[in-house]
Amino acid sequence: MGLELKNLYDDFRNADTIKAYQKIINEDAKGLTKPINIMEVCGGHTHTIMKYGIPQLLPNNINFIHGPGCPVCIMPKERIDHAYMLSMEEDVILVTLGDMIKVPGSNGSLQDARSKGADVRFVYSPMECLKIASENQDKKIIFFAIGFETTTPMTAALLDVVVKKGIKNIFFHINHVTVPEAMSLLISDENSKIDAFLGPSHVSVISGSKIYEEFPRDYNKPVVVSGFEPVDVMQSISMIVKQFIENRCELEIEYNRLVSHDGNIKAQNLNEKYFEQRSHFRWRGLGDIPKSALKLKDEYKEYDAEVIYKEILLSETIDDHKLCICGDILKGLANPPECSIFGTACKPSSPVGSCMVSSEGACAAYYKYGNLI
Amino acid sequence: MCLSIPSKVVEIDKEQNVATVDTMGIKRDASLDLMEDGDVKIGDYVLLHIGFIMNKIDEEDALASIDTYKEIISLMDEEEKQKAILEADECENRTL
Ligand code: SF4
Ligand code: SF4
Repeated sequence: MGLELKNLYDDFRNADTIKAYQKIINEDAKGLTKPINIMEVCGGHTHTIMKYGIPQLLPNNINFIHGPGCPVCIMPKERIDHAYMLSMEEDVILVTLGDMIKVPGSNGSLQDARSKGADVRFVYSPMECLKIASENQDKKIIFFAIGFETTTPMTAALLDVVVKKGIKNIFFHINHVTVPEAMSLLISDENSKIDAFLGPSHVSVISGSKIYEEFPRDYNKPVVVSGFEPVDVMQSISMIVKQFIENRCELEIEYNRLVSHDGNIKAQNLNEKYFEQRSHFRWRGLGDIPKSALKLKDEYKEYDAEVIYKEILLSETIDDHKLCICGDILKGLANPPECSIFGTACKPSSPVGSCMVSSEGACAAYYKYGNLI
Repeated sequence: MCLSIPSKVVEIDKEQNVATVDTMGIKRDASLDLMEDGDVKIGDYVLLHIGFIMNKIDEEDALASIDTYKEIISLMDEEEKQKAILEADECENRTL
């Protein structure tokens, strides 16, 4: 969208609200005893923050740390290689969401697989697998499932239809990851500079705000669940600052017109029916995180492409380039321009690390909005 | 960006458990499989995520938020408008 900060100020009712929050935050921030670093967990927020120049609106003692972002950028190469290898099977149609098109694995991306003749299809909704399956009865449809909590129940809903209708040619390769486990890892790092979290609203529309309860309670870090519009982000920052000056440490919901404490119970039940926690999962950039992803329960292994194709799917891990400092960026210990190959060997058209892969990764957002090009 | 424009439910196909929704004049189908039976009715405002209705939103909020989007979208050219409305419930990663 060609929407810029200046339009926002010139033309929108929103602008007044933003300015009002800016004033409140500036006033309140004078009462802070030390600077605060706010991690926005989701790349959607990173995008809003960069696009609307929110850091420039804030006083110097409020900083952002760009978080792990997005289920696409954190997908380790070995998982993308799985998708690539499955798509190369003669009788397989590999189906996934459009987000995955260009993410490079060690042999290339799914787009590359397609140009080598693999049948890879990018869909808007997992439900499109049903049509593809019925039109291609002689083929095996493998849905390469990605996403945070927001997207997991949609995969479960597809599997539910597959099981109930007895569809025999749809299988699943599950890569759903969970946000709170990654946040715990980041906050437990002894070098962590995170003082508070901005939680993504869409995750909590499904999971409720309850998934963040441990952060104020066990780590003494406030969490505000925030919407994605600039006004939402400004309001959430204001709520965080207020917690600090009033010496509170709580879980709050900025987006309470949509997010509840409990979330969408039907969606959660579907998830529980079909998925269980993996003992661990490797996040690109962050490394191995205990219990941070889901897999199909054993009783559904007949649908599990990871089980069925065990023989051809390598289990070894593949690391990113040694110059890439994504890990530090995701932990808030470094900024993208500090990477020695930022903007040179690594750019959006030829990404090296996870933070450049997706348009919402911290490096990509800097590249696009940081006036550094 | 998860900029989700509220959509109004204009039709419900109970058999398929699918609703037809109207997002600022653009019509499309969305699965009701994540909503409790009977929870979503014609005239309700909802949010979508990858082809599914994810939750309901009350009318007053929906209309206020649609107003904001109208302001935003009025600044775009025709092609941008269509794209913005259709893709409003998706993350920008899709444009990768
Ligand atoms: S795809 Fe990822 S970065 Fe984008 S909005 Fe969704 S969770 Fe956030
Ligand atoms: S610029 Fe590229 S290589 Fe450097 S940290 Fe970012 S993603 Fe990694």
